[in-house]
Amino acid sequence: MEQGLRRRLWSAVFIVGFFLLWEAFCWAFHISDIVLPKPSQIIVTLMTRMPALWPHTVQTLYTTLVGFALGILAGVALGVIVGSSRLAYDVAYPLLIGFASIPKVAVVPIFVLWFGSGAVPAILTAMIMSLFPIVVNVATGLATTEPELEDVMKALRASKLDILWNVGLPRTMPYFFASLKVAVTLAFVGTVISETVASNRGIGNVMMIASSNFDVPLVFAGLIILAIMGVALYAVFSLIEARITGWAHRKDEFAMG
Amino acid sequence: MNAEAHPRTGDTFVELEGVTLTYGRGERQIVALGETNLRIDEGDFVALVGPSGCGKSTILKLVTGLITASTGYVYVAGREVGAAPVRVGMAFQNPTMLPWLTVRDNVMMPLKIVPPFRQEYQSKKKSEFRDRADALLKEVGLAGFGDKHPWQLSGGMLQRASLCRALIHEPQLLMLDEPFGALDQFTREELWAVMQALWLKLKPTVILVTHDLKEAGYLATRICVMRSRPGQIIDDAPVPFARPRTIDMSYTPEFVSMTQRLRELIVAARPVKEIA
Repeated sequence: MEQGLRRRLWSAVFIVGFFLLWEAFCWAFHISDIVLPKPSQIIVTLMTRMPALWPHTVQTLYTTLVGFALGILAGVALGVIVGSSRLAYDVAYPLLIGFASIPKVAVVPIFVLWFGSGAVPAILTAMIMSLFPIVVNVATGLATTEPELEDVMKALRASKLDILWNVGLPRTMPYFFASLKVAVTLAFVGTVISETVASNRGIGNVMMIASSNFDVPLVFAGLIILAIMGVALYAVFSLIEARITGWAHRKDEFAMG
Repeated sequence: MNAEAHPRTGDTFVELEGVTLTYGRGERQIVALGETNLRIDEGDFVALVGPSGCGKSTILKLVTGLITASTGYVYVAGREVGAAPVRVGMAFQNPTMLPWLTVRDNVMMPLKIVPPFRQEYQSKKKSEFRDRADALLKEVGLAGFGDKHPWQLSGGMLQRASLCRALIHEPQLLMLDEPFGALDQFTREELWAVMQALWLKLKPTVILVTHDLKEAGYLATRICVMRSRPGQIIDDAPVPFARPRTIDMSYTPEFVSMTQRLRELIVAARPVKEIA
């Protein structure tokens, strides 16, 4: 415990140090606010503009979470299909990789064309951004199930569904949660891309307007808000992961003999 | 039972009739198992020994229906494999415990899958089935370890748990694929005694694949020697020693001369070495 506390303290010191260094760098080289605002100034902007920023923050968070939830549903469903059938794997993988290679900013106008501007294209962009890592990880988890584990179940005449439910899915959980941590940050990227291109609400939109007004401290304030939300959600999913898939991260001190 | 196209009679529980297994096609065809005939009586304990790659495990997989024979027929309980509702238990060299479940839940897994236990699993998993798993764990020397997770147990303990899982649903057919292969000599000998006691009590039909001739002699009532390329049974002899057998018995001249004979058969049956 002592060791853990010290480690955390040091990591906190270095993170604060990073921002102090940034501050000092701006002072030392007289860097203009329009190029790179000082952290202290970003904090002041955050404080003073918070009443105006808050609804946008809520909007972005809401959009991201809805898109992410849809991404989880679709991702798990697709992942199960791709991971449990050879044919589906062969068909879906090239398609998925092709789709993942498309810059999502190019897809937003299509969504806007279909659904109009606003929250819907942002939700959809967040969803497709978070989809890919979830599908790949769930499919990988299922496809790499040890053949002997399956043989034990097959010898018991377990149905495919029995095997999926009792072996495949639980075994895939660590892969799934690892993908959620990545996917949730990608969902934020998706939301902000879409808000930047086609919305009149959300942090992405605020940053877009702020940068066209050369209000760089406000742009950075938006970035900080996004970063904080990203870190917070990452932490939430790490915690859930640790609770549910503790068996995959077992500590050595538990082992006997 | 309905009249089948190939009805079997007598006490024969497992029968392989002209079974072969080949992989691939044309010139790259590999014969994993040459024509094999084998009858195993109900309640018998048969050991398959032979050099690596002789198709011992293939026979296990054929009898459990995990793979299908290229030619010939496999009968279990008088019907073609898979047709009769036979309860099968299986244990491998690797204990293959599910790491997210406790040892007890791992042991109870067959009850969750296999009828008729399956239907009662939800209502009995915290009473009758739980007691049954604990009783079995106690018999193999794992009393009090039911709530542990697999990674908290040593290899020998996991293998004991794996035996429990193979036996919890009272299988009529027990398939053991080198289950003691990765253990140290003393743990192995201890588990032979456990295995013998369980077999004498429950009397399933057992097929044991092993490299260890002493193990085959200790446990089996009958030993089949196989050769490789193509896999085939070349010798089939009963083991005459009285039960329950002990480790001391394995040092008697009769036992030693039996294992010596088996050893010579296997050495002769090994494929010619490619590297000098």
